[in-house]
Amino acid sequence: MEFKGHAHKFGDDINTDYIISGKYKFKTLDMNELAKHVMEDLDQDFYSKITAGDFLVAGRNFGCGSSREQAPLAIKYAGLSAVLAKSFARIFYRNAINTGLPVVECDTDQIEPGDELTVDLAAGVIHNMTRGITIAVKPLPPVMLQILNDGGLAAHFRKYGEFKLDQEENDGL
Amino acid sequence: MGQTIIEKILSNKSGKKVGTGDIVVAAVDFVMGQDGTSPLAINAYRAMEGQKLFDPSRVALVIDHSSPSPLEGVSNLHTLMRDFSRETGCKMYDIGDGVCHQLMLESGNIGPGSLVVGADSHTCTYGALNAFSTGVGSTDLAGALISGKMWFKVPETIKFVCHGTLPSGVYSKDLILFLIGQVTADGATYLSAEYTGEAIGALSIEARFTISNMAIEMGAKAGLMEADEKTFDWVKRYGGSGFTAVSADPDAVYAKVLEYDVSGLEPQLAKPHRVDNVAPLSELAGRPIQEAVIGTCTNGRLEDLRIAAGMLKGRRVSPDVRFIIAPASRDIYVQAMREGVLETLVLAGGAVVTPGCGPCVGTHNGVPSDGETVISTANRNFKGRMGNRNAEIYLASPATVVASAITGQITDPREFVSR
Repeated sequence: MEFKGHAHKFGDDINTDYIISGKYKFKTLDMNELAKHVMEDLDQDFYSKITAGDFLVAGRNFGCGSSREQAPLAIKYAGLSAVLAKSFARIFYRNAINTGLPVVECDTDQIEPGDELTVDLAAGVIHNMTRGITIAVKPLPPVMLQILNDGGLAAHFRKYGEFKLDQEENDGL
Repeated sequence: MGQTIIEKILSNKSGKKVGTGDIVVAAVDFVMGQDGTSPLAINAYRAMEGQKLFDPSRVALVIDHSSPSPLEGVSNLHTLMRDFSRETGCKMYDIGDGVCHQLMLESGNIGPGSLVVGADSHTCTYGALNAFSTGVGSTDLAGALISGKMWFKVPETIKFVCHGTLPSGVYSKDLILFLIGQVTADGATYLSAEYTGEAIGALSIEARFTISNMAIEMGAKAGLMEADEKTFDWVKRYGGSGFTAVSADPDAVYAKVLEYDVSGLEPQLAKPHRVDNVAPLSELAGRPIQEAVIGTCTNGRLEDLRIAAGMLKGRRVSPDVRFIIAPASRDIYVQAMREGVLETLVLAGGAVVTPGCGPCVGTHNGVPSDGETVISTANRNFKGRMGNRNAEIYLASPATVVASAITGQITDPREFVSR
């Protein structure tokens, strides 16, 4: 899976309230509607700045705060192809994998706002075309990879009817 | 090698001895969802082709975040939850029953050694009952609804040892705000926290809930405490039985051990717009506030309302302050009514809203206007959290909130409190 787009950059500790505010999420399950309000409290015009395929780039602890799964869904439905961050909060990370939003742990100091990137998830590498550099990606923990390869947790359950995971030593979450 | 509390609970629930870094599929004792997360979980349950719940008597759905419904869209999602409850036979807590976490604590279903998942990040609250409880998203929740299990990576533990005695007018809220300020919002990410020491042991069980509740604000997966007489008294009061205390081994291995003497702690506040942006009250005293909130899963308990009423007996809040009280549960509401606590708060100028999350989550019950400052007993002060990105939120103990409501500015509660 390779994605190409531009970087929209935010700082550290972006919480799920900022990703999608509580005042919207209780109203509807229409994710296209929620997507229009993605990151609104930090940048009111953010949705209109997104071109399909773009990346949300952030610092440490992306997705901290509430457990709302509307957060990864709003990002996905807004047309963003992946989130790149130095680190992720754990509930958000699980939710992103479960709902099929690629989350990539890497050194985002090497990405500036507007940079053009290609992200190759299978090869685990990011090319910053604007700066002509390659950025290493921390591999997904095997258990997460297994869920992704099954097509997400819902597909995993349709296949097995329960959590059927390799329970060996894993690196990551 | 010795085990931490979470290693022991996950060993018990997965049927084998596990340690840090292991991936386990563990049996859960209880599964909970609220109205912001359950509708998506019901969708995921359908997508998983779920036929029935693993055990309807161990599943609860709670309408608390937007309760009673302020909008037709919300109403329709509430009805989706009620229909699902009728279809599957799970417990349904509806408007007026209270905040999901307080209801779980009062259910008798959760006690020492339990493993609970809830689709709400503050599910970590039950750690104060010596239970491993943690927040999950809606899809994970659906998996638990069907299978009665959840996968976890066994986390390392960060241990907070709190020595000494909290001074008069300084509470568990001040302590947890202080600790979050020390380790920051991601200081315990992927870790389980254990809170111990004589200062924790001296706290009431309700005061302990406040600490475990905010473990997520330092990124922690759990906020565990050891069980003592107060723990078992609480569980027994709500009809719970059959629980066994889980203690950490003396030779358990910790990622980090942090020790503090709390005897000199002063009241603490989290400043806008981050929970780890913590400062002692003396640095903030005198800032004007327009709204004061007592309630939420952090500090909406009977003990909190009693503190407020004790300070407001014969006083009124400032005419420039809107004072909102949201009891955390119906049980608390009724008891506060019987004791005259609510009468005192209402006569002092307070407005009591339906037991539930109150104005904390920005949907109704007290959205601030542009440029206003709120002081609240809640656990989050993110920009826009209470529904207006142009307002500011300070987090504090119930006593600090009430003192500030009386004067109309951030005020040290020790001017009003004596223990």
